[in-house]
Amino acid sequence: MVEKFDAIVIGAGPSGNAATYTLAKQGLKVLQLERGEYPGAKNVQGGIMYSHELEKIIPDFRDDCPTERHIIEQRVWLLGDDSYVGTNYRSEGFNTDAPNRYTIIRANIDKWWAERIRKVGGLQICETTVTELIRDASGRVTGVRTDREGGEIHADVVIMADGVNALLAKRAGMQAEAAPENVALAVKEILFIDPELIQQRFGIKEEEGVVIEIMGKVTKGMVGTAFLYTNKESLTIGIGCLISDFKTGSCPPYRMLEDLKNHPVIKPLIEGAEMKEYAAHMIPEGGYKAVPQLYGDGWMVVGDAAHFNNAAHREGSNLAMASGRMAAETVIGLHQAGRPYSAANLAAYKKKLDDSFIMKDLKKYRELPGIMHGNKQFFGAYPDEITAAAHNWFTVDSVDKKSKEKEIMKSFIKRRSVMGLVGDAIKLVRAVR
Amino acid sequence: MSIMVKVEEKLYQNRYIVDESRPHIQIRNADVCKSCDSQACTVCCPAACYSRNETGGVTLVTDGCLECGTCRVVCQDKGNIAWDYPRGGYGISYKFG
Repeated sequence: MVEKFDAIVIGAGPSGNAATYTLAKQGLKVLQLERGEYPGAKNVQGGIMYSHELEKIIPDFRDDCPTERHIIEQRVWLLGDDSYVGTNYRSEGFNTDAPNRYTIIRANIDKWWAERIRKVGGLQICETTVTELIRDASGRVTGVRTDREGGEIHADVVIMADGVNALLAKRAGMQAEAAPENVALAVKEILFIDPELIQQRFGIKEEEGVVIEIMGKVTKGMVGTAFLYTNKESLTIGIGCLISDFKTGSCPPYRMLEDLKNHPVIKPLIEGAEMKEYAAHMIPEGGYKAVPQLYGDGWMVVGDAAHFNNAAHREGSNLAMASGRMAAETVIGLHQAGRPYSAANLAAYKKKLDDSFIMKDLKKYRELPGIMHGNKQFFGAYPDEITAAAHNWFTVDSVDKKSKEKEIMKSFIKRRSVMGLVGDAIKLVRAVR
Repeated sequence: MSIMVKVEEKLYQNRYIVDESRPHIQIRNADVCKSCDSQACTVCCPAACYSRNETGGVTLVTDGCLECGTCRVVCQDKGNIAWDYPRGGYGISYKFG
């Protein structure tokens, strides 16, 4: 007899975990398939985890979730060749019983999820790659084929949480290959270091964390950003740019990362740390306009596979968890009502997304990806000009301040022209309004 | 400033479970690479799996692959990369991710 499940979830990342947990908790018979050796083996995240969405799914997650540090200070740095201009926001108010943001080491979190899923009766099987969807004559998805012997498994509904590559949906013709300007490639390293040094260098106590988001010369004019996060006993440093820019450039990602690590303002922060892992991952950056078809007869797609990522706010895993939960709640609603998982009924998932911060935020920033992609000055000329202006302004050299202002303005105009500056301001407003 | 960097030293820190003689990514037609002006895969791959060879084509060694998918995205116009995941349990196995 062929074993059949109420639902199959493909992938053990934040979206798949959220979906599986939510389904299992409501008593549905759910199978989660993961291709990695263990949960988390294939997953990469910066990583900052936002607690709000996780709390909705697992209210007591703080009891045993292996987070690193809660974030009390956010820095944003614009890097010049040997300088930065930046802003910080730090608050004692972030030292609460229920912090909103944590740094995490992804593999630890995924193992924790696996345990929680097991406790509510979900079945997670690793080392199993799903090779394709099984569809009946009408096109309805009825299960999956895996690379295990006799590896056909059937279910009433399949939730694809297989990540940014979304091979299954692409193979089934449910979505097209991502355009190079709609995906970024990020590379990162984890650097182990004495926690005392982390606390000294970043001015924090045990448990407290600092995150630095970075733009500027380190991306060599490409559309991209970098980051440096404090974990308990390690630092995570990474950089990512649009693949369309890597494609036409000449700098391999690992060299860009090495240059970042050797930047004069970064190097003292990571000095003496030992690199223990090098990772690479694609990030969906196309926003609202790049979101594919999200559901059909017997299937839904969630998380990165659905292109749910808010690049402007560096949010991804919360959109993943929320979409996984919404897909699961859609299934639970239909299951309890005894209704079929037809495309018409699964449209309720899209409705939930539209009514939530996921689609509202993606829609708000719908013009941002196109404007950034087409206006490299935001990543090249401006960091240059702004850091040069700061250098000029803070050098005390008996030049009167009015002349300094003129010099700075002249430099900006020379680089971008008056109309260029006005145009850029308008573009920025359009991108984020 | 660009300093020399050996990506092999980075990859050496990673854990891999190599599926001997079963590469999960393949170049479909070597001639297509020879006539490719950009050979962007040789620049974009974060694990330097692709390198330009002495015949003017591209050599692919997947052992250090991080399974990111970038090569497939950059080569989609030519469609010359057959990209699949490794068999379950094989390939990169992130300790930290």
